[in-house]
Amino acid sequence: MSLLGTSVPPAGTAPAGGTRRRSKWSFDRISFIAVFLGVPLAVYLIFVVSPFVQAFYYSMTDWSGFTQKMNFTGLANYGRLFSDDIFMKAMGNNILLALALPAVTIVLSLVLASLVTVGGSSRGQVKGLRNSSFYRVVSFFPYVIPAIIIGIMWGQIYDPSNGLLNGILTAAGLEQFRSFAWLGSENTAMAASMFVIIWGFVGFYMVLFVAAIKGIPAELFEAARIDGAGRFRTATSITIPLIRDNIQTAYIYMGILALDAFVYMVALNPGGGPNNSTLVMSQQLFSTAFNKGQFGLACAMGVVLAIITLAFSALVFLVNKLTGGSKDTQ
Amino acid sequence: MTSIRTAGHRPATQATAVERKPQATTNDRIVGTVSHTMLTIWSLIVILPLLWTIMTSFKTTTEIFSSPFALPSNWSFDNYFKAWTTAGIGSYFLNSVIVVGCALIIVMMLGAMCAYVLARFAFPGSRAIYYLMLAGLTFPIFLAIVPLFFILKNVGLLNTLPGLIITYVAFALPFTVFFLFSFFKALPNEIAEAAALDGAGEWRTFFQVMLPMAKPGLASVLIFNFLGLWNQFLIPVALNTNTKNYVLSQGLAAFASQAGYAVDFGALFAAVVITVVPVLIIYVIFQRQLQGSVSQGTSK
Repeated sequence: MSLLGTSVPPAGTAPAGGTRRRSKWSFDRISFIAVFLGVPLAVYLIFVVSPFVQAFYYSMTDWSGFTQKMNFTGLANYGRLFSDDIFMKAMGNNILLALALPAVTIVLSLVLASLVTVGGSSRGQVKGLRNSSFYRVVSFFPYVIPAIIIGIMWGQIYDPSNGLLNGILTAAGLEQFRSFAWLGSENTAMAASMFVIIWGFVGFYMVLFVAAIKGIPAELFEAARIDGAGRFRTATSITIPLIRDNIQTAYIYMGILALDAFVYMVALNPGGGPNNSTLVMSQQLFSTAFNKGQFGLACAMGVVLAIITLAFSALVFLVNKLTGGSKDTQ
Repeated sequence: MTSIRTAGHRPATQATAVERKPQATTNDRIVGTVSHTMLTIWSLIVILPLLWTIMTSFKTTTEIFSSPFALPSNWSFDNYFKAWTTAGIGSYFLNSVIVVGCALIIVMMLGAMCAYVLARFAFPGSRAIYYLMLAGLTFPIFLAIVPLFFILKNVGLLNTLPGLIITYVAFALPFTVFFLFSFFKALPNEIAEAAALDGAGEWRTFFQVMLPMAKPGLASVLIFNFLGLWNQFLIPVALNTNTKNYVLSQGLAAFASQAGYAVDFGALFAAVVITVVPVLIIYVIFQRQLQGSVSQGTSK
């Protein structure tokens, strides 16, 4: 290292020099902090914090964007939103997504992660399934594919007449699916869209849970086994309580994603689906702002979306806490 | 344990020495088979759509319409040429590389600087700044999108690549700072002190001592930021509406919605493959590192 050659103070002064230096606000240090903190903070304040703050203000105006003139209308926009059937429908869809997506994704990925980690032999050391890294690598694939591509790809797979899904179903003898429009009928559009999102995230959470399970000391599993716990019992009484915090994090991430869901829904059903059955708030916000130019109203939608997102996170924390979260045992 | 040892499994002559070596019981084998079956089914659900997409990308539109399973009659790269040139995927690809590349360099630099200062120096307001960063992670980007449009418009960066870059940087910053903060916090302070004793100023300590030590953390954040920014869709769709400046994700979306009328499905599938394959190759090469990052990033 080139530093060593510069100047070596006598050993005796080292502690004194160290402490003095730390408390002194030299020009060197102040300029360093000013530049290192100032530049990132300026970018952050201008492009992240200020738009968030402005959105709250705009949400209480009737601003249409391209004129300077705007009237302060108080909570009128919010009143309008809550009496707007389409927006309420979109909100309902978002809530449905936030209820179903995290639950299904996490259960599925937990099951797969448990199979990988404790599916091996019941003798000797507790260990995972053989050749399981193949499954991990493959299931993780969808996470690296851009969401819009996942949407486009599945749009083609669901295609009524040329898609892969109906091809497989008709080949299996289910003639009624010959040209069944999965995304075009009100009963299946939402479920089909949900499956696409689940497909994209199960592998990611599986890898996350596998890492968490591997972090549990092996002695705990061995102790449980000696006490006569079977695989299922071990999973419910040892594994899940010990990786609870990871599950909570996953639940919140997945919930936030479900409350957004913009990319997937735009790619699968740009118009909101049959009878608006897959319309989500973010789509409404986007078209209200950038197609209709009702920027005040769109900001109000953004505020509603933000409040629901924060409420969701708080709710997950609360439920986890009330059911005995941070304690390690049930 | 529920496993029942069958007599034939362990001849009496192999006494305690064999006891250490685990042998599969019947029960184990059933569980193993069931596990492998379920994991294989899921793997197929993941792989089949991808393989089908690749196969279809070689078919002509007529072939696509005739049967979803039939192999293409000749494996030509026509669709790929069409997607790359006429659909403009080539120029979108280039835009994506420019935007994501620049944004990554800048955000890693700014994020490391900010996280380092927050982690190493205690001064009035440093906690407040840290929490302000955290708050940026919790609010949905949709809340900011409308005012952001007008901020960029006012500074003349709307619909330009630099405008997109700076927005990417700003929104990737909180995560970067949050992640690197804990990383710099964990680095031993003595090393910075030793560098100071050796006469290095703060600037030199950071660039020549602390930054190289943070390499593993930087690599993890870099991977996450790359995936996040490469996949970004909302920001370009809202703030970058000039067709010439389209990035890959939005270009593909535009092409897909257009294909509904012009019906060049072959080229659409080829465009999808062009976008996915490079990322998949990078993933397969770095998958160990990436999966490590996932567990690292979430245990913090």
